[in-house]
Amino acid sequence: MVKMPGAITFRDRLAIFGVRIVNFLSRLTGRGSGTVAGGRVGLVLSPRLLTDLAAGRRVVLVTGTNGKTTTTAMVAAGWGGDVARNATGSNMLQGHVAALVNSTSDRAALEVDEKWLEAAVEATAPSVVVLLNLSRDQLDRSNEVRVIAERWRHLWTLAANSTTVVVANANDPLVVYAAETAQQVRWCDVETPWLLDAWSCPKCTRALRFSPEGWSCECGFARPASSTSLVGEDLVVGSHRAKLQLSLPGEFNRANAALALTALVEVEADFGSALERVARLADVAGRFGLRHWRGHELRLTLAKNPAGFAAMLATISTFPGELWIAINARIADGRDPSWLYDVPFEQLRGRVVHCFGDRRLDLATRLDYAGVTYELSSEESPPPPTAPVTVLANYTAFQEWLERSAN
Amino acid sequence: MRVVTLLPELLGTYGDGGNALVLAQRARRRGVMAEMLEMRVGDRLPRADVYLLGGGEDGPQRQAADLLREAGLRAAYEEGAHVVAVCAGLQILGTHFAVAGDESYEGLGLADVVTTRGSRRSVGEIAAAVGDDLLVGFENHGGVSVLGEGLAPLGRVIRGRGNDGRVDGYRAQRLWATYAHGPVLAMNPWLADAILASVLDTDLEALSSVADQLYAERRRSLGL
Repeated sequence: MVKMPGAITFRDRLAIFGVRIVNFLSRLTGRGSGTVAGGRVGLVLSPRLLTDLAAGRRVVLVTGTNGKTTTTAMVAAGWGGDVARNATGSNMLQGHVAALVNSTSDRAALEVDEKWLEAAVEATAPSVVVLLNLSRDQLDRSNEVRVIAERWRHLWTLAANSTTVVVANANDPLVVYAAETAQQVRWCDVETPWLLDAWSCPKCTRALRFSPEGWSCECGFARPASSTSLVGEDLVVGSHRAKLQLSLPGEFNRANAALALTALVEVEADFGSALERVARLADVAGRFGLRHWRGHELRLTLAKNPAGFAAMLATISTFPGELWIAINARIADGRDPSWLYDVPFEQLRGRVVHCFGDRRLDLATRLDYAGVTYELSSEESPPPPTAPVTVLANYTAFQEWLERSAN
Repeated sequence: MRVVTLLPELLGTYGDGGNALVLAQRARRRGVMAEMLEMRVGDRLPRADVYLLGGGEDGPQRQAADLLREAGLRAAYEEGAHVVAVCAGLQILGTHFAVAGDESYEGLGLADVVTTRGSRRSVGEIAAAVGDDLLVGFENHGGVSVLGEGLAPLGRVIRGRGNDGRVDGYRAQRLWATYAHGPVLAMNPWLADAILASVLDTDLEALSSVADQLYAERRRSLGL
């Protein structure tokens, strides 16, 4: 067995063996990449497995409603060399186990589901935790974003986490509420257009006041001063400053990069070379990359909730050609597509949108009421290839388009 | 016609703003001028033909009840405005409701309804028979609502839980309430038109759109 960092016990070795067997069988039988099943088996065989695997490694955790996968990819890329990472997006403990079992690197960048942050922090004792944003997402599974903010807020008051550096978005009041109890916070002033879930003060419930200079409440709760900011084309992180030119499109990706680079400075990565490596990142888990399907040239984009859609609609408005939107409402998407009415689809007036996915009728109805021209389409009878296509899809719909199309 | 969405920042968890859009658009398509307004925290209650209340989390729900009590929503209703409420909105309009903990909180008293916390949350598809029609939608709440004698439910539950597993919502002359949250009027064009006909006090001609296909598909998916 390859020498694994950490404090591996005999029981852990058995568990790691179990993880590898399950993953091998899972891949062999074509039932998936196996990370979730393998990790789950590992944790049953050795409940301390994640703690032991993480011991001795420098760990950066990334969580928030939107941007987890991309920001984690940026942290891993920017760090350089071999970095353990849950690249398949399995962002609960079993996914973290699988990522660490598969890597001997002493550095790890892991994305964490919002509801699993406490458990992941306890198990991995991270050097840095990145808190991106908090907004409504799949409310039929996890209701109430404020409950999550409250749980994060409590996390930093535990003695075990007093040395953890929290990198947090200063423009999201819910994130500030969740982070301000930490002893070491690096606040980041990055564009955060979605604030529908933060109209009332997380502390006193009065209405927050928003202005170009920030946000504040009568009770004194207000946007903290930031050490990281985007100034024109430049990214400023503490005393570092450089032009940020990303290969990935979108203002939200500039925000993700700002938080990723702030985290990297905290783990003593060289700012200049980390920034170059982050800037070169062009395709994260199939997103934004060019794909081909039945004569169409597709650019696949993913958004899973109103905030993600709002950001993505603003980004793809400059992409030429056709727009196809695919909506499912399966368990992983959240089974309730009500959120379609929180997305500012009115922005698409003047364009024709082709509606795909299990819930294309919900989408078409939403677009119809928004005054946007729509066409009902399906994989069996797509429109003929005429122009490049942007496919905007939610979670399982995106996975389907990724599998359906080729490089 | 003026449609006012009440406190969307407190009561708008599930795309509830869609209901205002649906009422306004279905009126416009029939040649009726329709205006959409929002009453936000700190605003006075604008005059309206129909007020809409959405769903919300526990803290905001209590705050919304306080603000709407002060703003005089009950008086506006009693003077002739229509009110459509879903989920937390349904609870707020009653006499009492319980949020975090089991503490009872005073509602606006537009309807004789008392909501307590149930033993579990109900999350999933809901369907209810409303006269000869069928209401379809999605519910996500932990409340049990008991209607006073003399207050009619909106419908009889066929799928999901609604108020108590037997009936969903309530209905008075200018008042509609349901646990089917979010854009329930987008999914049920017949209900949108029933409300619109009452608000405009006129019979409406049929209006066909893709919403009819959506409604048919949701019924099919529920086997109804």
